[in-house]
Amino acid sequence: MGDAPFDSELEALRAGDEAAFQSLIQRYHGPMFRLAMTYVGDRGVAEDVVQEAWLTCLRSLDRFEGRSSLKTWLFGILVNVARSRRRKESRILPFASIFRRDDSDSRRPTVDRSRFGSDGMWRNGPQSWDNLPESKVLGDETLQHVRSAIDTLPPKQREVILLRDVAGFDAGEVSSLLGISAANERVRLHRARATVRQKLEEYLR
Amino acid sequence: MTCRQVVELMTDYLEGSLSVLERARFEEHIAGCDGCRAYVAQLRTTRKVVGRLADEPVPAAVERELLEAFRSWRSLK
Repeated sequence: MGDAPFDSELEALRAGDEAAFQSLIQRYHGPMFRLAMTYVGDRGVAEDVVQEAWLTCLRSLDRFEGRSSLKTWLFGILVNVARSRRRKESRILPFASIFRRDDSDSRRPTVDRSRFGSDGMWRNGPQSWDNLPESKVLGDETLQHVRSAIDTLPPKQREVILLRDVAGFDAGEVSSLLGISAANERVRLHRARATVRQKLEEYLR
Repeated sequence: MTCRQVVELMTDYLEGSLSVLERARFEEHIAGCDGCRAYVAQLRTTRKVVGRLADEPVPAAVERELLEAFRSWRSLK
């Protein structure tokens, strides 16, 4: 996901250039929707959240000072809208407040202990994927497995892997967007990628 | 370092957040361990496949609605 033409992009948006807006939608709507789902859980509500984020972005465009990239600003708005929507929903549904409690921050091992011998070395090590055809590794069916693996991750892990590996933000941007420490972000990213890797290993074996 | 320890350091390694000493020990282990080398390669591939989710198309109806919202925003400016 290229970040290059942002200033001219901002100018184009302010000038009302529809193609510039469309290009933003095509790049960011998918990751934004997935991110919204980590907060509200319901597709319809998540669609609303993303739409509200886009509208807020348009309405505040003239006040945007360009201190961050347009993309960071946009995702920041999304996180705020999603969080406030989630607070509203949890007043209606008291149990929604436990929704995001998960073991994302735990230090439990990410690889099943049974795969190592008592000396801590692989007993049943991973097989290289290098000899698999790339069309299989990067194919649509693999992608389907990745999608379902990501959908089942705890929300705190999901938001980190989405922002890092789908939306393409760097580590510093993600910790400031989410208000979490760099170390916490790494733990969540580690757990998320390890789970997705394992699902892929089961499929690609 | 054991493989069991090394796999838990993989993300810190990929993120460049290991200390100089840890990194040296990690790389020394990896150099002699097929399983851990395969594991780190799989994590890199995983990241790449996950990245493909960015290419999912926006539903046509959603795009249409947002473009309409854009036009009405523009007309009110």
